[in-house]
Amino acid sequence: MFGLSNFCLLLVILLNFFCLGSSRLGACIRAVALQGALLALLPVTAHGLSGHALLLAGGAFVLKGVFIPWLLLKAIREVRIRKEVEPLIGYVPTMILGAVITAAAFIFADSLPLVPEHHGGLFIPTALATLFAGFLLLMTRRKAITQVLGYLVLENGIFIFGVLLSEAMPLMVEAGVLLDLLVGVFVMGIVMNQINREFSTLNTEHLSALKE
Amino acid sequence: MILRIVLHLALLLLFAPLLQGVITKTKALFAGRVGAPLLQPYRDLARLWRKGFVFSRTTTWVFLAGPVVGLVVPVLASLLIPFGALPAPIFFEGDLILFVYLFGLSRFFTAVAALDTGSSFEGMGAAREVTFSCLAEPTMLFALIVLARLSGGLSLNQLLGSHLAAAWGPAAASLGLIVVSLIVVLLVENSRIPFDDPNTHLELTMIHEVMVLDHSGPALGMILYGAALKLMVMGALVVRLVLPWQTGWAGLDALIFLGGLLLLAILIGVIESVMARLRLVRIPQLLIGTTLLSAFALVLVLR
Repeated sequence: MFGLSNFCLLLVILLNFFCLGSSRLGACIRAVALQGALLALLPVTAHGLSGHALLLAGGAFVLKGVFIPWLLLKAIREVRIRKEVEPLIGYVPTMILGAVITAAAFIFADSLPLVPEHHGGLFIPTALATLFAGFLLLMTRRKAITQVLGYLVLENGIFIFGVLLSEAMPLMVEAGVLLDLLVGVFVMGIVMNQINREFSTLNTEHLSALKE
Repeated sequence: MILRIVLHLALLLLFAPLLQGVITKTKALFAGRVGAPLLQPYRDLARLWRKGFVFSRTTTWVFLAGPVVGLVVPVLASLLIPFGALPAPIFFEGDLILFVYLFGLSRFFTAVAALDTGSSFEGMGAAREVTFSCLAEPTMLFALIVLARLSGGLSLNQLLGSHLAAAWGPAAASLGLIVVSLIVVLLVENSRIPFDDPNTHLELTMIHEVMVLDHSGPALGMILYGAALKLMVMGALVVRLVLPWQTGWAGLDALIFLGGLLLLAILIGVIESVMARLRLVRIPQLLIGTTLLSAFALVLVLR
């Protein structure tokens, strides 16, 4: 069981790199969907088959792996964009930054005061690295849709932390977080449509320009 | 010692062109053709060897040095690397650095020989080749550092020693990442699709092939043979990582190694058949990506 969850976590980190380095939005959305689906496996692999874990896994899979990616794919089909044109920091520098922060997350996680059973595992470093990768996506991209993806990756990082605590965390809290996420993506979708209609592009730069 | 060197060289020199034949055959089967016979590369080499040298009046001795160094370097490098479970005949502490930079030497001479002709196309090809290989080099070094960390030694014999089979248990993740990165390096260094097309005839898109356009006869034969040897030597690294078993019988070990190489050649043929060439601007991005992968493998091993 432990081997399987470590394998999932490694794939999650590789998908982070992919999202940071890829310019095609469709591929990025599918990568985030796959990441969400992999994360849905984690509660089961980490805590064994129980009702609580299954509910958590099912909810995460349906929302993160299927529903939200479907919404996003529909959105890019409607506004007809395929590529993030010019990120604030180029793809290669963001990938290098991603690698640096992943390494930093591994070093940092070792110096955290954790309970003994979490020491040396891949959970904490992966959670930190995914969190930072989400931040990077949010910061470096201009298109609203990639920023939504960054937000999703960020939430995935938090979810990995949550899996460690899921024994202590009531189901209600998890459900609340997932609901928040869904509402967030919905709102972003509406905002995206509005930006698109107003400026005929999804570039968020225009939002900061003042008008008379 | 002498016997080992002879065995190593015999395996290398006799077997290397067959790999090219297997790759061509696989590609032909994918395309629905019968394809050239498996032994065609040997016949090509024999045919080229019977021809005469043709040298342009603008070239100097450097022009001939390129193919010669390109042929000698893989032979020297092969003496440093174990072929499967057969240990390398020559080894010393730190020979992995020599192994990596021997190929740097051959690349330098190929590029210089291309520049020596004074053709602008060849200069362009040389610039591309050098750019891509300098991006591929860190990946190779990171991979070797990971292996050094796992084995605790600094010679290729120890790096690829018998501990590998046991190391696949605890360090499977980093070894897997390394194998993937090394296959990418193998494809780049041997100018295969998706990075370069060995059969291309369009000067603008050529990388490696454009540098050897002006060579003919035995010099071209040396380049082709050198390329085949290089593929086998670098393939030996990947094959040993993937098939780390040791039976104790030299004959059986050699058979396992050769079988692994054949599988690798088929894999390369499949990759070439199912993938299109990458755009030139995407290649550096991908190479930096594999560098990061192998660096990440190092982080996993270090903690």
